[in-house]
Amino acid sequence: MPNYRIHKTEYIDETKRVSFKYDGKTYFGYEGDTLASALLANGIHLVGRSFKYHRPRGIVSCGAEEPNAICQIGSKKDLTEPNVRATELELYEGLEASSQNCWPNVKFDIGGINNFISPLIPAGFYYKTFMWPKSFWKKVYEPLIRLSAGLGKSPTEPDPDIYDHKYVHYDVLVIGGGVSGIIAAKMAAKNNLKTLLVDDKKILGGSTIYQNNESIKIDDKLSSEWLKNEIQEIKKLSNLTIKTRTSIAAYHGYNFLLAKENLTDHLPEEKKKNKIRQRLWKIRAKKVVIATGSIERPLVFNNNDRPGILLSNSINKYLDYYGVTCGENIILFTNNDSAYETSISLHKKGIKNIIVDLRKSASSELIKQAESLGIKIYFNHVVTNTFGYRKINSLEIMKLSEDGNTTVGNKIRLSCDCLGMSGGWTPMVHMHTQSGGKLDFRDEDQVFLPKENSEDQISVGSCNGDFDLENIIDKTVNKINKFLDIDNQDYQDTNIICSKENDKRNIWLLPNKIPLGKTKCFIDFQNDSTAKDIKLALKEGFRSIEHVKRYTTTGMATDQGKLSNMHALGIIADTAGVKMGTLGTTTFRPPFTPLTFGTLVGRNVGKFFEVVRKTSMHEWHVKNNAEFENVGQWKRPWYYPKNGENMHDAVQRESKAARDSAGILDASTLGKIDIQGSDASEFLNRVYTNAWSKLAIGKCRYGLMLNEDGMVYDDGVTTRISENHYLMTTTTGGAANVLSKLEDYLQTEWPELDVYLTSVTDHYSTASICGPNSKKILNKLFPNLDLSDENFPHMSFKEDKLENINCRIMRISFTGELSYEINIESKYGNSLWKMCIEAGKEFNLTPYGTETMHLLRAEKGFIIVGQDTDGTMTPSDLQMDWIVSKKKYDFIGKRSLYRSDTIREDRKQLVGLLTDDPKEILEEGAQIVSDIKSKPIDMLGHVTSSYFSPNLNKSIALAVVRSGKTMKGQKLIIPMENKNINVTVSDTIFLDKENKRLNA
Amino acid sequence: MFLINCPFCGERDQSEFSSGGEAHIVRPKQPTELSDDEWAEYLFMRKNIKGIQFERWNHVHGCRKWFNVVRDTSNDKILSVYKMGEKPPVNYK
Ligand SMILES: [Zn+2]
Repeated sequence: MPNYRIHKTEYIDETKRVSFKYDGKTYFGYEGDTLASALLANGIHLVGRSFKYHRPRGIVSCGAEEPNAICQIGSKKDLTEPNVRATELELYEGLEASSQNCWPNVKFDIGGINNFISPLIPAGFYYKTFMWPKSFWKKVYEPLIRLSAGLGKSPTEPDPDIYDHKYVHYDVLVIGGGVSGIIAAKMAAKNNLKTLLVDDKKILGGSTIYQNNESIKIDDKLSSEWLKNEIQEIKKLSNLTIKTRTSIAAYHGYNFLLAKENLTDHLPEEKKKNKIRQRLWKIRAKKVVIATGSIERPLVFNNNDRPGILLSNSINKYLDYYGVTCGENIILFTNNDSAYETSISLHKKGIKNIIVDLRKSASSELIKQAESLGIKIYFNHVVTNTFGYRKINSLEIMKLSEDGNTTVGNKIRLSCDCLGMSGGWTPMVHMHTQSGGKLDFRDEDQVFLPKENSEDQISVGSCNGDFDLENIIDKTVNKINKFLDIDNQDYQDTNIICSKENDKRNIWLLPNKIPLGKTKCFIDFQNDSTAKDIKLALKEGFRSIEHVKRYTTTGMATDQGKLSNMHALGIIADTAGVKMGTLGTTTFRPPFTPLTFGTLVGRNVGKFFEVVRKTSMHEWHVKNNAEFENVGQWKRPWYYPKNGENMHDAVQRESKAARDSAGILDASTLGKIDIQGSDASEFLNRVYTNAWSKLAIGKCRYGLMLNEDGMVYDDGVTTRISENHYLMTTTTGGAANVLSKLEDYLQTEWPELDVYLTSVTDHYSTASICGPNSKKILNKLFPNLDLSDENFPHMSFKEDKLENINCRIMRISFTGELSYEINIESKYGNSLWKMCIEAGKEFNLTPYGTETMHLLRAEKGFIIVGQDTDGTMTPSDLQMDWIVSKKKYDFIGKRSLYRSDTIREDRKQLVGLLTDDPKEILEEGAQIVSDIKSKPIDMLGHVTSSYFSPNLNKSIALAVVRSGKTMKGQKLIIPMENKNINVTVSDTIFLDKENKRLNA
Repeated sequence: MFLINCPFCGERDQSEFSSGGEAHIVRPKQPTELSDDEWAEYLFMRKNIKGIQFERWNHVHGCRKWFNVVRDTSNDKILSVYKMGEKPPVNYK
């Protein structure tokens, strides 16, 4: 097996050999490797196929910007993870990884045929081709695209890993632990500011930590040695927290940032167990220092995507940090000085290399150094083509014309096994723009830079466009002193010597004799978009960068265009003949690198996913076999199946028992608001549609609450407990919103009212007993209470004691039966319930759930706000004009009840529906029409509630129908998938119109 | 994610608050006297300013108090907070 590890470094522990599997084959690396460095050490460059043309692709970079080396980790159904960048994944014993996006395998890939038919797949191909015929989408195109595309596989079972969230507050947050970040953190922490320094790598130091060029020195030391010293220093600072393997995912307003800390991804399988995998840090920082550095740009030329073509600086890192060379015969293609550092480093380790430089000449220290070492340099030359299928084996270069627009002279063919490219550097301005910052364009080296620094956020180092070490350190120190308003002198006498870049030449799309249509000049490696695609988009009329991006899919892959956005912009600017800075950029959206869902949800999974509210009687319901329904956050008994009953049978039995003898419902979840104050009656007058001033103490009244737009908002019964004391009930789901709304009016519109609101929903438990025998059961529970109609009539309230515990008893009814609601302090709720059940035994007191409650109230024609209403129903639409006071001068929503729209006669109005076949039960939500012959069919409304009534022995339904009020007796049709159901419009009250049962 | 300085509780995370839209829209004292258009003006019309906007917030998961906020909607900076009933700060507008 080949070994490309050619020297020892302090970052690779050669005493700790690590075995791992890649595409099913076992390899070895060392502790300290990433998957990418270990693969390269084994001579493996080919790691995947490109998305559209399925071209062979190799490792390009050494960091987060990697477009090609993305892999699937693990094969377990619950733990496998797609789209992991091999350049960031630390190697561990037992790692199993496989290449993505190639079928059947990376070396023989069927989709590769797309490469040969590529003239047929231009920009917007998917939009254009797969449009027609429509019927082909579902059966032909989509499965085909999904099979041949697809980036990795999602796990199919729940993630067993543990994730954590943590909130922290700091004076200063420093993002990035390179030279400038370390200096900033040190200055802040030494000045007594509580500081957090985060870096996404395993160790601090950025790209300076492995820098070893003699021409770059700080205080007479190699810059890497100097920096190691600084790192030792800052580790001693007590108010500095350092978090490595931690990357900022998002920078929100008000310096609120999300960071992901990797805790176990680098550990061997057995050591990962029972540990927190990742922690999401929710950081509030008074000030943020952005020191995220920059990433190297590729160059855009024909066939610039072959395996073995990497970024020049990545070749340098693999060599000096990991001890791995990417080839034995390397060519570096550059337009700036940084490739010379790589070249010199390679030369020193005995790796043959030559340089192809776009510039006509260059004269910095680094270049002189390279020249003196005898490194061959082709100035004013350009790479025009590369060769080799699974790995590059040679390339062609040509001389550039004076203006750089064409090539001149003869082709020179050079053999190589690796090509490093350097198109300059792109400052990582993601964090700055995510925080709301604007950008400026610097023509000199074609970079976007942070435009302004606000008082709570600043960019330093190369993400701010400062590229040489002297500039970085001097400017960082000055800016941090100002930004933090401190006077740190630590770096006053630091002596920095570094090479200064004097010459620049930037060409976004490199010239070629071959027509553009016949070249493959890749811009976005992961999404396979080329310079040709961008030009085609412009030719077709696209101008905005956001449109070109979507049409060509440039920058839309998992790497979010970290390597491609600048070239796309440059080529657009050149083609359209506008200045680059005037185009703007696409938006940099969070997250900077992909996050797993696990990190985002943290501990809020399984039973912690959502808050669950249970009543005091919950335990009894569980013991008695209740099926539960979620109502808001509440768990409410839905029905209580007996002896294997299905839902229908249980509900029929419960409903019949409630009307024939007695039923009991846990009504504790209804919202309860305690209202007190000398203006309480006036307040109710203003919030309900009906009149409240004359409600006697000890009486209850049903009320309808509107929005200011006149639409029904909530309903419930309110009881006058004493002169200035009411208890309001609301719907279960509406409780919190009603309280907020009432507070709003009290605090902002009517502050003069003396009224106090308190939510008491959780303070009381409620058992509601209904049915003809309910009075007898009440009598057993409260033998001293006079239950006669004279003393305790319908819609009234009494207090009595149950074994010395105070109870509030309301005689109110939501079922149409004689009915009592007993309220008791919540801690006694379960006892109350059990006593009711005990007392009711001889009367077949039957517990019933929400489904039966809904059925019973529908028989009686009572609405449920939110089921029979949807925010567009006025009281009149509900045929409830009786509840709207004509006398009251004002109440919330009153004026809206006679707007031109609300007085329309043809609004949708609530009606009853009876099916011609009494056994036919309608589907809730079904559409209602009167004529199915003329097309398009005129839709009149829909069914809102539908049940089979065991008490009436027929199907009943409520519905909203256009002009429904005038349609009683009329025949309508409910068209269903396989039949039309005939119905007749009826009254909304199906049972006991005379209210005999209420007073039974 | 804003940090909002509740006039009663101090600085708290935005997740504790709910927004109540434009401030200083007074509910008409005599709605019945208004034409449909006048009522619609109160009911539906909002300014939606780019720039300095006066708006209402409720510390719904805190003290439950409503209060007013001056916010620059172009950069989300909150410039001032003041209690209900207090006059808006004069240096904005
Ligand atoms: Zn508060």
